[in-house]
Amino acid sequence: MTLFPLILLFPVLGLAINAILGRRVSVKVTGSIASAAVFMSFLTALGGLRALLALPESERVIVYRLWDWISAGSLHVDLALRLDPLSVLMALVVTGVGLLIHVYSIGYMSHDRDYPRFFIYLNLFMFSMLTLVTGSNFLVLFVGWEGVGLCSYLLIGFWFDKMFTPTMSNSSAGKKAFIVNRIGDFGFLLALFLIFKHFGSLDFDSVFTTALHHPAPTAVMTAIGLLMLLGATGKSAQIPLFVWLPDAMAGPTPVSALIHAATMVTAGVYMVARSHVLYALAPTALSTVAIIGGLTAFFAATIAVTQNDIKKVLAYSTVSQLGYMFLGLGSAAFSAGLFHVMTHAFFKALLFLGAGSVIHALHEEQDIRNMGGLRKKLPLTFATFAIATLAIAGMPGLSGFFSKDEILAAAFQNGPRWLWVMGVITAGLTSFYMFRLLFLTFFGKSRVAPEKESKIHESPKVMTIPLMILAVLSVIGGWIGLPPVMGPNLLANFLAPAFEGLHHIEGFGHQGHLSHSAEWILMGVSTVMALAGFILAWRMFIKPAELGSRLSGERGAFYRLLEDKYRVDEIYEAVIIRPLAWLSQQLWRIVDEMIIDGFVNFSGLLVRVGGEVVRIFQTGYVQTYAFFMVLGLLAILLKLVF
Amino acid sequence: MVNFNAAIFVALLLFGIGTLGFLIRRNAIVVFMSVELMLNAVNLLLVTFSRIRVDLDGQVMAFFVMAVAAAEAAVGLAIIIAVFRKMRNIDLDKASLLRS
Repeated sequence: MTLFPLILLFPVLGLAINAILGRRVSVKVTGSIASAAVFMSFLTALGGLRALLALPESERVIVYRLWDWISAGSLHVDLALRLDPLSVLMALVVTGVGLLIHVYSIGYMSHDRDYPRFFIYLNLFMFSMLTLVTGSNFLVLFVGWEGVGLCSYLLIGFWFDKMFTPTMSNSSAGKKAFIVNRIGDFGFLLALFLIFKHFGSLDFDSVFTTALHHPAPTAVMTAIGLLMLLGATGKSAQIPLFVWLPDAMAGPTPVSALIHAATMVTAGVYMVARSHVLYALAPTALSTVAIIGGLTAFFAATIAVTQNDIKKVLAYSTVSQLGYMFLGLGSAAFSAGLFHVMTHAFFKALLFLGAGSVIHALHEEQDIRNMGGLRKKLPLTFATFAIATLAIAGMPGLSGFFSKDEILAAAFQNGPRWLWVMGVITAGLTSFYMFRLLFLTFFGKSRVAPEKESKIHESPKVMTIPLMILAVLSVIGGWIGLPPVMGPNLLANFLAPAFEGLHHIEGFGHQGHLSHSAEWILMGVSTVMALAGFILAWRMFIKPAELGSRLSGERGAFYRLLEDKYRVDEIYEAVIIRPLAWLSQQLWRIVDEMIIDGFVNFSGLLVRVGGEVVRIFQTGYVQTYAFFMVLGLLAILLKLVF
Repeated sequence: MVNFNAAIFVALLLFGIGTLGFLIRRNAIVVFMSVELMLNAVNLLLVTFSRIRVDLDGQVMAFFVMAVAAAEAAVGLAIIIAVFRKMRNIDLDKASLLRS
């Protein structure tokens, strides 16, 4: 599989062709070129998978050194790609889900004037994301990391001339995402500096080998882990940097599906999983990962319960599910975290695309209070959306059930018990808010504005076929990671070589397996929670009598707090943004205007005053000059005589 | 026998009168004449020292000075006439067109 690096080339080719063609060709041609590029990358990833499977398990790493990139002093960085189980899994998810979303976008963006720009950005995103997941050292990963951040910013602000909320334009939502991410990137960069300082390299293999044999002091290892976690919280929207993701919904819905649900936001999970050795050597950092994940999962789920914008519900759901992934990673179940990355990519992409289909059908209506009864009008969208809802709610047999269960089992086994409890409650909340969304959107009587009612139409095939494929994947995607009592965990076995380094760390990951009865009980608990959420949602949002008051009734203080997202944005505004703006003002007024400008103005003043003094003697009268000459002459004479 | 001291004294007196006139008077012609007085005072000194030293260089120099003074008188008077035509007087303090 020497051609594997081509995986990066196809999206670049696609965007180059589309950039040259521009608006000269129709949206179908542009979209097909972009999709074909991603399809080629998908085939390359499949080829990579085949090549890996042909190798014996212990040799499943192929590194492609393309060329020397940086060689300065002791710093040597190759532009190198890496084909191993971890990168190939991510590449398959990214290109597979990406391909479906590209195809879907052909339909979704068909009415948009700017479709070439859209597909160019999408292909650029695919290129950056593939760089991120296939890079073989931290610096290549970082390039991809920044690249996806840029694409995210560009695509959130894609409709930059429109407003997202009355007080926030789409472009400022993009800026918010970018700036919040910069805080995380800052931590990530510091972690890279520390890694280079202590391990003398940025290459994955050499860093991890050095770390295993000559680990840095514990404090340094913890610092590296926490700083990388800061980077991951930025990109993967965890506490405290999750505030950008809900506003990222300003972008077109396929973008929300691709970047802000299925792929880019899982970059943090990938990065932590990739650095598993460093985290295993820093137990404090690892348990912080779990705590951050558990808290985020819980708090984001509580917010999702009260939101009324269909995409906002899904956005907070994404934050919450990403929290699950971090909970899994932090409980030392790295493959479980990645398993959830994969299943979540399927059902969350499906949910977003389904939401996009609804929004498209209702002509940009996003408020679920103005929906209802769409089941009959949008049968395909409804069916696929319902499957995704069942999957994310963790109904037994569907993909979300298996991945969430694996994470919860790991949390039960390795983590503090309260985190597991939080995870289980979150599972119930997830089920509740997702069924609330499903019922309010598709069931009951229609609350759609009458002028929009008549125009409702099911989306074209180019949009519904990706929905159906994703629906199939949402159902069967979990079967490759069965719990031990039900069958082999194919995914965990496949990923095992990538996490082989963990076996060299004493006292790590040897807690043994759960007993079969414990596993059954854990699965039973998750199922009960999922069903409880479903029944509660059914009772609250299906009965027409209660529904009206539920939608418009008086709210308690706690409900309003949730509806306002715990007012985190307002707290950040007051605690960070305002003081920062104040500090900047002071720096401007005092340091810039008074000190720096003061120096410049003072030197000017000095010259001017000097000029004023000398000017007195420059009268312009010849006789004055002559007078001074005579004075000078007299002085010389006096000196000569005496 | 020529009294050299008297000649030097006269030269100094002439130079002093010329200097004072140059510094004090505002009439351009008078100022001009004062300059001539100073020049001639110097000429007188040159000639006197030439005699004292029995060396003709000083007298030659005096001729040069007279030649230059003649040329200067021609140019200077022409300027004064031009100034007078322009401003209708020749007061030096009032010739201040270049001052803002």
